[in-house]
Amino acid sequence: MNQLQNFTKGFIRENPVLALFLGLCPTLGVTTSAINGIGMGLATTFVLVMSNISISLLKNLIPGNVRIPAFIVVIASFVTIVELTMQAFVPALFEALGLFIPLIVVNCIVLGRAEAFASKNDLFSSIIDGLGMGVGFTITLFILGSIREILGSGSIFDYKFIQGDGMLIFVLAPGAFIALGYLIVLMRKVNK
Amino acid sequence: MAKMESTIGNMILSLFGITFVASSALGAVYSLTKEPIAAAAIAKKNAAISEVIPEFNNTPSSEGYKIPVDGDTLYFYPGKLNGELVGTAVETFTKIGFSGTIKVMVGLLPDGTINDVTVLKHSETPGLGDKMEKKKSDWSLQFKGKNPQQFNLSVKKDGGDVDAITASTISSRAFCDAVTRAYNSYISASEIK
Amino acid sequence: MEYVLIIISAVFVNNIVLSKFLGICPFIGVSAKVETSLGMAGAVTFVMTFATMVTYLVQTFILSRLGIGFMQTITFILIIAALVQLVEIILKKVSPSLYQALGIFLPLITTNCAVLGVALLAVQSEYNMIKSVVYAIATSIGFGLALIIFAGIREQLELVNVPAAMKGVPVAFITAGLLAMAFMGFAGMA
Repeated sequence: MNQLQNFTKGFIRENPVLALFLGLCPTLGVTTSAINGIGMGLATTFVLVMSNISISLLKNLIPGNVRIPAFIVVIASFVTIVELTMQAFVPALFEALGLFIPLIVVNCIVLGRAEAFASKNDLFSSIIDGLGMGVGFTITLFILGSIREILGSGSIFDYKFIQGDGMLIFVLAPGAFIALGYLIVLMRKVNK
Repeated sequence: MAKMESTIGNMILSLFGITFVASSALGAVYSLTKEPIAAAAIAKKNAAISEVIPEFNNTPSSEGYKIPVDGDTLYFYPGKLNGELVGTAVETFTKIGFSGTIKVMVGLLPDGTINDVTVLKHSETPGLGDKMEKKKSDWSLQFKGKNPQQFNLSVKKDGGDVDAITASTISSRAFCDAVTRAYNSYISASEIK
Repeated sequence: MEYVLIIISAVFVNNIVLSKFLGICPFIGVSAKVETSLGMAGAVTFVMTFATMVTYLVQTFILSRLGIGFMQTITFILIIAALVQLVEIILKKVSPSLYQALGIFLPLITTNCAVLGVALLAVQSEYNMIKSVVYAIATSIGFGLALIIFAGIREQLELVNVPAAMKGVPVAFITAGLLAMAFMGFAGMA
């Protein structure tokens, strides 16, 4: 596939959340608002791209039997870098995303792309793959976050357009599951 | 270049090398971000202090003192205008919130009157208990200017003067618990002084 | 008494899957059958408990003592990965049939956000060793409970007419949402 296809596959056909069902925990956990969704998406994209770069560069220096621990060390390092940077420069977002920032290290998308793509492909393709998957992930989180914020809080990007509360169920646990369920149905129809 | 063989030597070397580089990189980033992180935390604390006590021109966070209370600690930050005490911001807590611990910053005038309150941290239910936040509702404004000697710091249901948040009696009770704790400790601390 | 509170909170009120959103991937992947759910729950209990114990020790005696708290994420996940390897090796020898049944899901416990999540939460809540272990065991019971209830429901859903586009994962999510709503009823208990 050419690089354009490589980049856009993560948007719909191989959307990491809605088609491959990876990275579900942060998808449900942080999408209480559009901003949180975007923040998490960008943080994850950074880790994804950096780890894809590192692993593609190192792929011939990592013996097959230790590749999972090696990938984990690389990924965990970039996650920690993101953690420290966010804590220093965007503390409000850092607190909003909370536990899910260190949990990027076990986001199946990151480890999944490292194993399935970056360890077997050249540097440039790996970068594009990481970017595409990351953007697809971010867009999905943004859409889910917006839906939950609009329906649940009656606001978008913290700008309230109704008085009082919305359908609160959507900013709580059950709403996350239900909203995601319907989004997947939508994705299936689109993918047909 | 062919992939490295999975011999014991290669595996150890590879893992060790990667971990070494990773740890060094992390150590470097850590030392770079240490100060901004500390600064961000102090900025947040100062913002809360400024919100709850009258105007001051000292640095309350550097003149803070702490007192152990109920198994945890309360932090007191005195605000002074030209050397005179104008108010004390008390970082207090309650463990009986609906979803756990709530941290509140209470601003007390020198005689113990509540100047203002602001929530620092909570996990209360969105749309219910979270109305204790100023940006969600005006509920917490009822505490402003009240002196606990005349204003009973418990919810009306318990015979007090505080209007509870609708359908969130537990969160409201917890909030009162935090404010009471701050007031009582402040009074006993100033009596001792 | 505090331990009872921790247990009730971890199993029901703040159920790791239905309230904290951790452990979703295996939840969707394994919960199609009650048998595999039981096996997965058992393996997760084992890994979660020992991981929490070891990470607590490392955090207290190494990371905090040396002031290298920023190495927390790396060390915790490496400990978990090592433990899962250990479980795989032991299980292969002790119960090859269970090993086969769990298949790919065993190494996937490494990426189970619940395991890392619990280890981090125990440290953040400043639990001591005993409370951390109780918390870990209780959380895995909560995980197992959600998993098994869910598997039971999904087995029934297979026999029902579900619109084609909703078959499989979407209806599973909507079911999980309803289950999460039910578990919200426990709020206020702890």
